[in-house]
Amino acid sequence: MNPVLSVHGLNKRFGAVIAADALTLDIPAGQKVSLIGANGAGKTTFVNMVTGYLRPDSGSIALDGLDIGGRSPRKVARLGISRSFQIPQLFVELTAAENLTVAVSGAGTKALSFHSPAHATEIHDKAVELLGRFGLADLAERPISELAGGVRKLVDIAMALVRRPKLLLLDEPTSGVSAEEKFATMDRVIHAVLPDAATIVFVEHDMDIVSRYADRVIAFYQGRILADGEPNHVLKDREVRLYVTGGAK
Amino acid sequence: MNKGMHPLLMIGLVAAVTLCGRVLPTWTLSLATIAAANALIALGIVVLARTGNVSFGQGLFFAAGGYSVALIANTWGLTDAVAQVIIGAACGGLLGLVIGPLIARYSGIFFGMLTLALSMVFYGALVKSAALGGSDGFNVGRPTLFGLSFADPREADFMLYAVAVITTGFAGIAATILFRSEFGLASLAVRENNLRVEYLGLSANRIISINFVIAAIFAGASGAFALMAQRHIDPQFAYWTTSGEFVFVAVLAGNQSVAAVFVASMALELVRSFSNLYLPNTWQLVLGVFLLGVILFLPRGIGSLWVRGKRGHVKSAIATEKEAIS
Repeated sequence: MNPVLSVHGLNKRFGAVIAADALTLDIPAGQKVSLIGANGAGKTTFVNMVTGYLRPDSGSIALDGLDIGGRSPRKVARLGISRSFQIPQLFVELTAAENLTVAVSGAGTKALSFHSPAHATEIHDKAVELLGRFGLADLAERPISELAGGVRKLVDIAMALVRRPKLLLLDEPTSGVSAEEKFATMDRVIHAVLPDAATIVFVEHDMDIVSRYADRVIAFYQGRILADGEPNHVLKDREVRLYVTGGAK
Repeated sequence: MNKGMHPLLMIGLVAAVTLCGRVLPTWTLSLATIAAANALIALGIVVLARTGNVSFGQGLFFAAGGYSVALIANTWGLTDAVAQVIIGAACGGLLGLVIGPLIARYSGIFFGMLTLALSMVFYGALVKSAALGGSDGFNVGRPTLFGLSFADPREADFMLYAVAVITTGFAGIAATILFRSEFGLASLAVRENNLRVEYLGLSANRIISINFVIAAIFAGASGAFALMAQRHIDPQFAYWTTSGEFVFVAVLAGNQSVAAVFVASMALELVRSFSNLYLPNTWQLVLGVFLLGVILFLPRGIGSLWVRGKRGHVKSAIATEKEAIS
C-alpha cells in the first residue's frame, strides 16, 4: 500500500538560506507525526511545499501515489490535503458559522449555488456540528473579529477538516494558547479531528505535547531531517537535544 | 443583508413603483429613469465590491453597451426598448467576460487603476473614431416597445421609466438572492481572505471574474437606458468622471442593502437637479456638501439607516476566550 504522503529529494532555497535540503520521507496512513525544529529549520516551508503554496526547486511530492508537485493550493486541497495556519486565516468579518459555511459549501461536489441560500439548514447544521465538536457551538453566530486568538485557532482547524482530508497538516495548533490550557486544547483538537482525518502532521514547539500526542517525531535542522522516529527515541537523540530542544527532556 | 424582504414582496414593490409613474409629474419621470439606470450600474459596483475590488472604469461597459445598442439601432433599425436593454447587457457582459478573468488576479488599487485605464483607452479610441462621430458622438431615434411607438412625450417618458424601473428592480431582486446565496457568501470570503478561499479548494479568481461579469452586464444595460433617455451617445459615456459618478452612488449607498442603491441614486439626482435649478453657479458645492454629510454621518452608507449591523455588538475577546474554554 502506498504511503499517504511520499516526499523525495525535496530542495528549496531562499537566496543563501537552505529551507529544504534533499528532504525524503514517507508518512503511512493513520500516523500522527510531529515536526519539530528551531525557527527557520524548514518546518513551515515543508508544509507550504506539500500544500502547493511554495514550489520546490527540485524533488517530488506524491499523495497516495499521485504526483502533486507544482499544483496550486486549491488543487492540492481538492485532492485531499488540508492545513491549518500558525496565524489563523479566517474571514474575520463573518461569523464562525459563516466561515465554516463557506468551507462546507465549497467542499461539495457541485459548484457554488447562485440562488440557494448559504444559510440553508443542511449546510448550516454541518457547520455548527463541526464547531460543536470543538466546543464552539455557542459561539457559532459571533463574528470572528469578536473571538479570542485561541478560539480562532480552533475555528481555523475546523475549517481544514471540512473536506475530510487524507492528510491534515496543523501548523502549531497550540501556539498562542496559555501553558495550562495547552493539553486541554490539544485533547480537544485530537478528539475533534480523528473522526475525519486519521493521518495528521503537526508542527509543534512544546515537547510535552509532542511526546504525548505524536506516534512519530521528525526533527528539522537547517532544512535537513536530523532525526526521525518514535518520540522517546528522537527526543533523546544527542543532536536533537543540541540543535532543537536545547536540552529539554 | 441576510434577512431582507421576501422576493414576492419585492416584485410587488417594483410593480407599485412602476405604477406610481402614472401619477408622477413628467419632469420626475426622466429624472427617475436616469436614477434607475445609474442605480443599475452602481448595483454592479456593489456586487463587485463584495469581493473587495472596486471598479473605477465601469464607464467602459456603460459605453460599450450604449454604443452597441446605438449602432444596431441605426444600422438595422432595431428600436425596441426591451431588445435594446438585452443587447446592451449582452455586449457589456461579453466584454466583461473577456476582461474579467484577465484582471481578477489583481486586487486593491491595482485592480481599480487597471479598470480606469481600460475605460480611458476605450474613451481615447472613441474620440479618435470618425465612423462613430468622434468626440461629438451621434444621435439615435426614439425607442419603441413591442411594435408600439410613442408620439406623446409623456407616454414615451413613462414607457422608458417603466422599462428602467422594472429592469433595475429585477436586477435588484436577483442581486438580493445572489447576496444571500452560497456564491454571495463566498464572495465576501474572497474579500476577507482570498488565500484561505484557495486553501478551501475554491477559486478566488473565478469568484471575482463572475462578479465582474455580473457588474459588466448591469453596466451594459445601464448604458442602453442612458442612450434611450438621451437619444444621443458620445465618448463621455466612457470618461472617468462618468465612472466616478457611479462609484459615488455605490459609496453613498454602502453595501448593506440593495434598496439603498436606488435611494442613493435618486437622492443624488434630486440634489443635483435642485441645486442646479436654484444655485446654478455653485451647484457642485451643494453636491459636495451633501456627499461629505453622508460620508461623515453615515460612513456605512445610506443603507445603514435601516439595516442594523448584525456584527455591531462587540464583546471583549477575553470574555469569549473564557466562554470557549469553560
